[in-house]
Amino acid sequence: MAVLTIAAAVAAMTLRNLVHCALALTVAFAGLAAAYLQLDAQFVGFAQIFVYIGAVAILLVFAILLTRGGEVPGQSVFSSSWVWGGLAALAVFATLAWAIQNSFASQREPAETVQASVKQIGDALMTQYVLPLEVIGLLLTAAMIGAVIIAMKEEGKE
Amino acid sequence: MTPLAAYLLLSAVLFSIGLAGALTRRNAIIVLIGIELMLNAANLNFIAFWRFGENPEALTGVLFAIFSIGIAAAEAAVGLALIIAIYRHYRTANVDEVNSLKG
Repeated sequence: MAVLTIAAAVAAMTLRNLVHCALALTVAFAGLAAAYLQLDAQFVGFAQIFVYIGAVAILLVFAILLTRGGEVPGQSVFSSSWVWGGLAALAVFATLAWAIQNSFASQREPAETVQASVKQIGDALMTQYVLPLEVIGLLLTAAMIGAVIIAMKEEGKE
Repeated sequence: MTPLAAYLLLSAVLFSIGLAGALTRRNAIIVLIGIELMLNAANLNFIAFWRFGENPEALTGVLFAIFSIGIAAAEAAVGLALIIAIYRHYRTANVDEVNSLKG
């Protein structure tokens, strides 16, 4: 499962055709959803499937087609400073891997049984976390209105 | 059960792949995809630490991941709207060519 997720992520970052990139990304998101289900976080796993595979992937395909990204570019797909970008990513991975290998937290044993039912999550959202929930609702509304205004045709042009 | 270090390493690999993509690709949409991948890697860390943590019945990691998914959705919508606006203005989605603030 992990190998499939990583392979899909690498494909999403290296393929030339942007539509293929979006499809590979969908596979990577599905692999992550499977990892969430493996970790007993059912609600987050299904939210991942709904939000990422259902909404974000469709949005990406729409954007790719609207910007004519479906055409395979003739020139290189990597920007002119790709060496430095790759080196920075490698350095970040080396640091993270070193920290994980040396951390005492990596040896922790998981709790035997974990309850994260939808009812409990709903209770927590409606009591302790009700203010963050309201804020995120406001944020999503603002983001939707902002996205529509930004992408709207400018008046008097075209 | 798979040890915590395996999940953390998977998350680190995904984060680095996303970072490499965001830093090296020419097309702005792929840059956005790389950022989404990095956000997802962070979510995997939240869930893994929640599952292996001190008191999982507090549901802190799960709720943080849910809010993070919501914010990532808002970010994707605004980012793609910006890319479409830039494309309409410059007729390109190549981040190397979009280098002036004043069109």
